[in-house]
Amino acid sequence: MSHQKTHEENHPDKGRRDFIKQSSLLTALALAPPALMKAADPGWEAEAPRLLEQPLNIEINGISRKLSVEPRVTLLDLLREQLALTGTKKGCDHGQCGACTVHVDGKRVLSCLSLAVMQEGKKVTTIEGVGTPDNLHPMQAAFIKHDGFQCGYCTPGQVMSGIACIREGHADSDDDIREYMSGNICRCGAYPNIVKAIAEVKKGGKSL
Amino acid sequence: MRNDLFLDKNEPVPIDRVDGKAKVTGTATYSAEYKVQNMAYGVLVGSTIAKGRIRTIDIKAAEKAPGVLAVITYENAAKLPGYQAGKDPAKPQATGQPLRIFYDNEIFYYDQPIALVIADTFERVLSAARLVKAQYEKVAHETDLETNLEKAKRPTGPRFEDYKRGESDAYKSAAVKIEQQYYHPIEVHNPMEPGSIIATWESDDKLTVYTKTQGVESTQRSIGDAFKMPPENITVNAEHVGGAFGMALRTWPYEIAAVIGAKKIKRPLKLVLHREQMFTNVGHRPETIQKIGLGATADGKLVGLLHEATAETSAYEEFTEATVNISRFLYACPNVTTRYKLVHLNICTPIWMRGPGEATGSFALESAMDELAHELKLDPLDFRIRNHADSDPEKNLPWSSKFVKECYQLGADRIGWKDRKLAPRSRPEGDWLVGYGMGTGAFGAFRSAATIKAELAPDGKLILQCSVNDMGPGTATMMTTVAAKEMGLPVNKIKVEMGNTTLPPGPTQGGSTVTSSVGAAVYDTCVALKEQIAVLASKEGSPFHTAEVHVIKPEDIEFSESGISLKKDSGVKVSYADLLKQNGLASLELTKESKGSQQPYSMYSFSVHFVKLRVHPATGRIKIDHVVSCADAGTIVSQKTAESQMMGGAVGGLGMALMEDMVVDHRFGRPINNNFADYHVPVNADIPAVDVLFVNKKDPFTNPMGSKGLGEIALVGVAPAVANAVFNATGKRIRSLPITLDKLIET
Repeated sequence: MSHQKTHEENHPDKGRRDFIKQSSLLTALALAPPALMKAADPGWEAEAPRLLEQPLNIEINGISRKLSVEPRVTLLDLLREQLALTGTKKGCDHGQCGACTVHVDGKRVLSCLSLAVMQEGKKVTTIEGVGTPDNLHPMQAAFIKHDGFQCGYCTPGQVMSGIACIREGHADSDDDIREYMSGNICRCGAYPNIVKAIAEVKKGGKSL
Repeated sequence: MRNDLFLDKNEPVPIDRVDGKAKVTGTATYSAEYKVQNMAYGVLVGSTIAKGRIRTIDIKAAEKAPGVLAVITYENAAKLPGYQAGKDPAKPQATGQPLRIFYDNEIFYYDQPIALVIADTFERVLSAARLVKAQYEKVAHETDLETNLEKAKRPTGPRFEDYKRGESDAYKSAAVKIEQQYYHPIEVHNPMEPGSIIATWESDDKLTVYTKTQGVESTQRSIGDAFKMPPENITVNAEHVGGAFGMALRTWPYEIAAVIGAKKIKRPLKLVLHREQMFTNVGHRPETIQKIGLGATADGKLVGLLHEATAETSAYEEFTEATVNISRFLYACPNVTTRYKLVHLNICTPIWMRGPGEATGSFALESAMDELAHELKLDPLDFRIRNHADSDPEKNLPWSSKFVKECYQLGADRIGWKDRKLAPRSRPEGDWLVGYGMGTGAFGAFRSAATIKAELAPDGKLILQCSVNDMGPGTATMMTTVAAKEMGLPVNKIKVEMGNTTLPPGPTQGGSTVTSSVGAAVYDTCVALKEQIAVLASKEGSPFHTAEVHVIKPEDIEFSESGISLKKDSGVKVSYADLLKQNGLASLELTKESKGSQQPYSMYSFSVHFVKLRVHPATGRIKIDHVVSCADAGTIVSQKTAESQMMGGAVGGLGMALMEDMVVDHRFGRPINNNFADYHVPVNADIPAVDVLFVNKKDPFTNPMGSKGLGEIALVGVAPAVANAVFNATGKRIRSLPITLDKLIET
């Protein structure tokens, strides 16, 4: 059923009702003193992180999703581990390499440094939402044409940054592109070809 | 065999990377990304000391944490059968005893895994891992190469005997001489994809792993050795590898840990290393101190060369590389001595990193050549040409091919070498000082065995299978290029299946061998396939079979997408569908093993790198203006991916020259910059225009295509080119990598 897909849960085993129940329990727990909590139910501790899950309404690649996530889950891990959107890569988990770059409301963001729950109501675009093998985005086509990658692991992040770089108006010269693409490490060393790809898309003049 | 293979005039446009669409759309699947039901997550906890023993390890709190399924330590780990015998668990790449994870309480290096925590979600396992507490019996560690040099020993085995040609100290009595020491710090591969594995026990004796490896068969053997399982019970998948550069040339303890963990919980287990663990647990290019003594006659003929290197290795294995070997053959010199030694330190065993040994060695040798040229008041290129080795002086064999002089010429023209001033510090430009430098690289041109299974379908679609995998150079693209050319098929009719132990055996991706081995195997398989087609075309009932002609030879046939026709009479055409049907075949299948043979030639790839840069003396800043990398790598098989590989090597070499340096705080024996903010690698803004030039001349002996390896020579020789350009710009000779601004600042 295609319409069900638009309301896909990251935990298909759990319903919305469970969630509301947990939320009320959570409120009760928050009000109770810690000692009482332990005494009241020694088994709750094991369930605590699940109880702490919060609702998250988020649009990912044009699909609205109603999710339930722990506050400590990063946007990157939500995408990769819970939604099977593995096009976004984990390179360092510290915001130092750019492999996890996605767009949030059209701007580039490091998804490893963003908590998922902070994206409430926002629109996230990942590499899967940019283009597909049969319908490539001009930036993806330019990366292939200029061979702007080798192993391909940093590539989704480079493509997301490349698109953002043009949108931001930071692709007017090769030096500009080099500077504003320097948050995305490519260990294979495809940098000159990445610059060529972005410069060509910029020259194409299409709004991205 | 056609002699002009790959070199004909109407060369088609170089093909795009065949896995390009998958990579740019995020649909290429890397090892941590396979969708496996009921998967658990593992995290390794590392030791906080660099040497000693675990006294107590408290896992109670971790075990009780939400979602935790198991905590494995040396106290409770199942004893691996392969570990009991010693030596063989992780398939020793080096002499010694490979680290046996969770075997006992011995600590050999900082961050050595002491526990594997497993939980049902990634967040839960991260949280629980912090609850593992260990107490240690500390022993004084050694992590400083310089203060331990007196412990240096020759590695085990005849390969590491001192090498001597002629007199050992001949350089000392030469008319002009230099004697200098060169330093290379710890450099870390740091591919963008961290080490990652998903391990699934399908049954008690059947295992499937998706793992980051450069050789699926080597991983299969290593796991088989540790668990004493027949290799055929282990399936290893690694279709896409997010870079490796040598890091994934052996099976590391973390991979064995994941397999142990998955067995314990009877569920699939995913284990991904943190970036910090990529610095401490999966090898590095070893810190090395080298000495070069070099002497020449007054007119610039080399008289004697001494090359000594001392590198670090771990406390438990001897890791060796060919650091000094380049000095034995790169130049014609009658008197050469090389010595190579190791010092055992409390650090993870190193592993070959792109251009292993040769990259370190060429930094010393090619810097020294530049220093001596300066003493001789000779142009460094001219000095090298005067000492060109016309045959291999080490093996006393002719080269299979060598076009280094052509590389000199190509590169000098492109970089504008004629503008270089002989005297250093002669080219100021505003606040900057401009300089030019060059360095030479070489690496053995090896070929190993590979087997290809080819299947030609009625619609002319060709499937090629081999277990070889690709960490980035473009293996499938190269294979497709070879087959397209041989079979007259368009690229989209060819499909490569690879990176899996269920496929026909292929080599590990390392040592610049894949194109020579697998490319040649594809070539040989296509030749055999064409012979079979010719046999079918010769049969009675075939339209080519006439009263006069009973035998059609492959060379008589024009192969194309739509089928075959005769070269001398294109009127008669048979589609593959009809040809197969006439012979009652669903498809044409062929499996062929291919390997090279011993040749009476010395086989090397060569590179020459040129750098133009500027130094700002007031701040010490270096700006690279232009890099020109020239390769003599025989026939270039896949133009586009070859250019990228060469460019990538230049970028890696600039990192080695200018920034890469893992700093160890010797008080604690641990790195202080184990992350990308503090361990600098080149970023886009660091990299200027890089021009790649190929001599593109066929080697008659390496393999039927005439190709030689490219991956290593792309990097070997870049660092000395930078150091030599810095000298030409400033008059300052920097013999200690990386060349950071503190070494150049003038107050």
